[in-house]
Amino acid sequence: MIELGIFLALLTLGYGFGQYAERRHYRSIIEREKRLNALPAIAARFPPTEPQHHQALVIGSTVISVDYFKRFLAALRNLFGGRVTAYESLLDRARRESSLRMKQQAETLGAEMVFNVKYETASISKGRGNTIGSIEVLAYGTALIRPQAADTDR
Amino acid sequence: MLISNLELIPGRRIVEHLGLVQGSSVRAKHVGRDIMAGLKNIFGGELKGYTELLQESREEAMQRLREQAEAVGANAVLNVRFSTSSVAQGAAEIYVYGTAVVLE
Repeated sequence: MIELGIFLALLTLGYGFGQYAERRHYRSIIEREKRLNALPAIAARFPPTEPQHHQALVIGSTVISVDYFKRFLAALRNLFGGRVTAYESLLDRARRESSLRMKQQAETLGAEMVFNVKYETASISKGRGNTIGSIEVLAYGTALIRPQAADTDR
Repeated sequence: MLISNLELIPGRRIVEHLGLVQGSSVRAKHVGRDIMAGLKNIFGGELKGYTELLQESREEAMQRLREQAEAVGANAVLNVRFSTSSVAQGAAEIYVYGTAVVLE
């Protein structure tokens, strides 16, 4: 009985805090995405040859964890199969956050675009029963900086 | 030392290829961070401690890559890739590799 109580308490805590954190995170993501829209990050492999740019490697990474409620939902989903929306939003948040951090780094360097963007996802820790505990998403690319804006060539 | 994930640098010719250089770093999380992470597993959200830990470890891996590239006499590393894997419970490996070249 006590165990059930603890389980339900964790579930409610997870739901409450998790939903709140997710909503707040999405608001901040959307706001920053709007601000950084002027700085394109593209996956093209070859940069333009003219004009001559300075360049620097920019990296953004995020480690994010799923909450108790979502993990429970995902475990239920494992019984029936289908889309695991709980994890989809987790990965979406991590990916967008990483790409924003990469862009922010590029912005501070005075870059005008980021080339050859690559993403890398890794599961950092496993929860009970091999479920996803937390994931890391890394975004990296080459920032192209106009020569007059750059003083160091890293 | 120029480190870039592009395959070529516009306007600069590659004089010599020196092969693959690499750097790796395995870091474990300490207990305090693990307890915080355990709490975050209930509430959800970003694990700032881990993000920092992995960033530090990535810096270290890149430092090793740079040292290796210097040792073979390169002045740039092109086409750099990152890879992360969790090798054991509570430890992650960061691996960086790229092509060492001499640019004119």
